[in-house]
Amino acid sequence: MSYESQILEEDIDMNQKKQEKFKIEISEKRISRRIKLSRISRYIFSLSLVFAILVLVILLYRIGVDSIGWLNVNFLTGKLSIFPERAGIFSVILGSVYLTLIVIPVTLILGVSTAVYLEEYASNGKIKRIINTNISNLASVPSVIFGLLGLTVFSRMMNLGSSILAGGLTLSLLVLPIIVVSSQEAIRAVPGFLKEASLAMGATKWTTIKKVVLPVALPGILTGSILSISRAIGETAPLVVLGIPTLILTTPNSIFDDFTALPIQIYYWTLDTVLTPEYANLAAATIVVLLGVLFLMNSAAIIIRNKFQKKF
Amino acid sequence: MSEAVKNMSDYKNDLAFDVKDLNLWYGKNQALKNIDLQIERNKVTAIIGPSGCGKSTFIKTLNRMIENIPIVKTEGEIIYDGKDIFNKSVRVEELRTKVGMVFQKPNPFPKSIYENVVYGPKIHGIKDKGLLMEITESSLKGAALWEEVKDRLNDNAYGLSGGQQQRLCIARALAVQPEIILMDEPTSALDPIATYKIEELIDELKKDYTIVIVTHSMQQAARISDKTAFFLMGELIEFDNTKKVFSNPRDKRTEDYVTGRFG
Repeated sequence: MSYESQILEEDIDMNQKKQEKFKIEISEKRISRRIKLSRISRYIFSLSLVFAILVLVILLYRIGVDSIGWLNVNFLTGKLSIFPERAGIFSVILGSVYLTLIVIPVTLILGVSTAVYLEEYASNGKIKRIINTNISNLASVPSVIFGLLGLTVFSRMMNLGSSILAGGLTLSLLVLPIIVVSSQEAIRAVPGFLKEASLAMGATKWTTIKKVVLPVALPGILTGSILSISRAIGETAPLVVLGIPTLILTTPNSIFDDFTALPIQIYYWTLDTVLTPEYANLAAATIVVLLGVLFLMNSAAIIIRNKFQKKF
Repeated sequence: MSEAVKNMSDYKNDLAFDVKDLNLWYGKNQALKNIDLQIERNKVTAIIGPSGCGKSTFIKTLNRMIENIPIVKTEGEIIYDGKDIFNKSVRVEELRTKVGMVFQKPNPFPKSIYENVVYGPKIHGIKDKGLLMEITESSLKGAALWEEVKDRLNDNAYGLSGGQQQRLCIARALAVQPEIILMDEPTSALDPIATYKIEELIDELKKDYTIVIVTHSMQQAARISDKTAFFLMGELIEFDNTKKVFSNPRDKRTEDYVTGRFG
């Protein structure tokens, strides 16, 4: 109804404009000025891209130069050590991998389920609006605060200490609101006429969600999830608050063991450069590894996403 | 079954829907007022009227799709298969399996042609591949689309033209073996040739199905329907044989509308 009346109003507006009968004069000068402006705007926009790329290139260059000679097989497979030339980050990489393995299932299952409930089941009303606003607000809470939450709930109350599980759950909390919001948007973007088509054939709501809504929304859900999970893997502050140890000489064997992760190690080594200048090179080499890990994760996720996109 | 009951059910069998004193509100706005209407089996019933007269609302009430809008409230009865469809014992999933629907805009799933047709049968539990293929063929033949797509069943449905997509949607509806097909302005998004094909198809389909069609086009209603109902401002103004409605309407308002004086 309201849609139709809106169209009607637009029609009326158009008619009124026609009745005014203004004449459009084609002047050579005006047109060439407009074309020029259009061209310039293209350069302005591409300039902002150049800025972003420039910063990235400088960063990669600096780190690359610093890590030369330090990033080798021994560094990747060795154990941590206080002596720079003997230090290796195998256990650190392992720590980050364990974290990812906790964060991905926890956030995807909880986040997507929450989004499905809010978009498909919850009735529109005040409560839903309040919840939605709060989730959006949570998404912008600084990560240190999530670290404190993790310290209180997981480390202290649940007695998980500074284990991988405590770290993983804390990072999951950090990512969850972002995944909920982006999944909600992806689900909301599924056209209503597809859901109608399914319901009109006698499908139940759940069948419709499972067979139409989620498959159509999946690429969008994955895009949001990939970005936010990558953020979590590079996050330092919450882990610092949890009290992740500086130096760990054993490799973690289960999710209840203490651990250290790539961003944490970068942070500690950078802090200690004052004492041992070579730590700067170790930090640089670790950054290269972290970027590599993130790059791999993102590519894997993009491949998965494209596969689903084609399938549906 | 006793003789009397059998006779009763035979008599009932002539009717697809018996709508009794149906009222419907969107929040506080009443969209349908005291509708009484008998829709006969194996006939094409057209519903005409100006925009906002409640004709789409009415057709969506017949398979209770209207209930997807949360603020809708209904009163009255629609008897289908001997039962009031608003009765608590009637499951919408079951009703919608028997009463299929084709929408205004072609709305195939973004999947292959084959997957579109077997969507319904699959959700109703058919897994056998041979059987699914049989259903696909008979449904697509039923929708007069088989010849055009038989060599590319695995192509995405979005590659079809608008008219083909709409016939695919009809095939998809046929695949769950409904008794009744509701069509909500099925040709309003199509060009004249595609429209002609769908109209031809409707004529073919009425041998096996009961069809209720909402249409904006009076010519279409006159061409394809056996019965015509004229709605205005949520009221059923006139319901009779199509010929009668268009040549010799009882009500002045019907006459004004079908002769193009308003609407």
